[in-house]
Amino acid sequence: MSTPRIVVTGIGATSPIGGTAPESWSALLAGTSGAHTLDYEWVGQYDLPVTFAAEALVRPDTVLERPEARRLDPASQFALVAAREAWADAGTPDVEPERFGVDFATGIGGVWTLLDAWDTLRDKGPRRVMPMTVPMLMPNAAAAAVSMHLGARAYARTVASACASSTESIVNALEHLRLGLADVVIAGGTESAIHPITVASFASMQALSKRNDDPEHASRPYSVDRDGFVMGEGAAAVVLETEEHARARGAKIYAAVVGGGVTADSYHITAPEPEGLGASRAVRMALEAAGASVDDVTHINAHATSTPTGDIAEYKALLSVFGERVHEIPVSATKASTGHLLGGTGALEAIFTILALREGQAPPTINLTTQDPEIPLRVSGSPIPLGDGPQLAISNSFGFGGHNAVVAFASA
Amino acid sequence: MAFSNDEVLAGLAELITDETGISADEVALEKSFTDDLDIDSISMMTIVVNAEEKFGVTIPDDEVKNLKTVGDAVTFITSNQA
Repeated sequence: MSTPRIVVTGIGATSPIGGTAPESWSALLAGTSGAHTLDYEWVGQYDLPVTFAAEALVRPDTVLERPEARRLDPASQFALVAAREAWADAGTPDVEPERFGVDFATGIGGVWTLLDAWDTLRDKGPRRVMPMTVPMLMPNAAAAAVSMHLGARAYARTVASACASSTESIVNALEHLRLGLADVVIAGGTESAIHPITVASFASMQALSKRNDDPEHASRPYSVDRDGFVMGEGAAAVVLETEEHARARGAKIYAAVVGGGVTADSYHITAPEPEGLGASRAVRMALEAAGASVDDVTHINAHATSTPTGDIAEYKALLSVFGERVHEIPVSATKASTGHLLGGTGALEAIFTILALREGQAPPTINLTTQDPEIPLRVSGSPIPLGDGPQLAISNSFGFGGHNAVVAFASA
Repeated sequence: MAFSNDEVLAGLAELITDETGISADEVALEKSFTDDLDIDSISMMTIVVNAEEKFGVTIPDDEVKNLKTVGDAVTFITSNQA
């Protein structure tokens, strides 16, 4: 049996710059920032060192029916919103439930549910801790919710590899489909972790930007004065399908998923390996799995979180793979607009990559004040045309723990 | 302060609607939680815990299985108020 070609037939996202995938894309092209000062009592109550984030533009509990929302942590709510959009966008495919799978990631899981329950336990005692607490906070809750609500019975899996999670989910889904174990998979990731605990922890490890007086310009990948990432939240999902299945039902095809690579640094729990060795291996694996050469790559959606060390390590990885040609490839660092959605970020950036190929333009990288001379990549505050001919793009995601995941897409 | 039967029924209906989305009009004394209202065990426990807080009563876990109908719950709550 030959290996089936896998295509993308649906996209969905709920992000800091849009309540849907098309709205997020339009806002990205328009150079929007999703970051703003947080308007919660707990920001002042705990005197948090970072007072801003990129919150989702649309709260998921305003989209879902109340009975379904109240059994889901906000992370699973975001997941369900994005997955339903992607599924509808794919034309609600007629697929055997046993041939339909789910790969849905999270970086942290139900942190709000866990900590709300802890407050309840301390204030009111164990009797008041709701029976749904554990099923709501477990990391696989989002995958389970998507599986249940969309009727997917092939499998429902959760990868947890921090900020690499949802790119790894797409790679896993691709491999599952290539093995012939499903015809359709909905893959993505979610996060809802803008909580005083996570803000305090990330701030304490000096990972977050502290530009409290200028949130919109705080996420500035590749700028010489970048000082950390901006927390985001939300979810994104793609419908992946064998080309045969998609063609048979006359589906709209956005792009093909042509390869994936996953590696581990085995170096440090939070710092990237400084030469980007694990990252470059993941890029090479993805291209090899795609049957492509480095010269075929026409666009890169970088991980580029706006941390001083992370951005340079990724650049070194890209330079080692592509050589000097890397300086000609249009690169987008879209976290400048969206902030960092942690477990949701890879899937959101996969959608941006797919739409870049489809529309022939790399989305802008905002907030580039003075580009770091040590990272002379081809980035711009305006969209960059990708030129004519076949397009091949990679989207990179790297996570605490030394996780590296790369996925490659080709124009349909 | 004691709640009347009607007040307990109305309060329970509110909790049931909140948990399940079932319209409050459908919640009546003779309705079975499982057979008529299709309430699963997790929702039932959530409603019980919320009812304890709302009405200031204790509903022991062993008692929950005896609460077959909405009327059973109303009777238990009104007759066990502090």
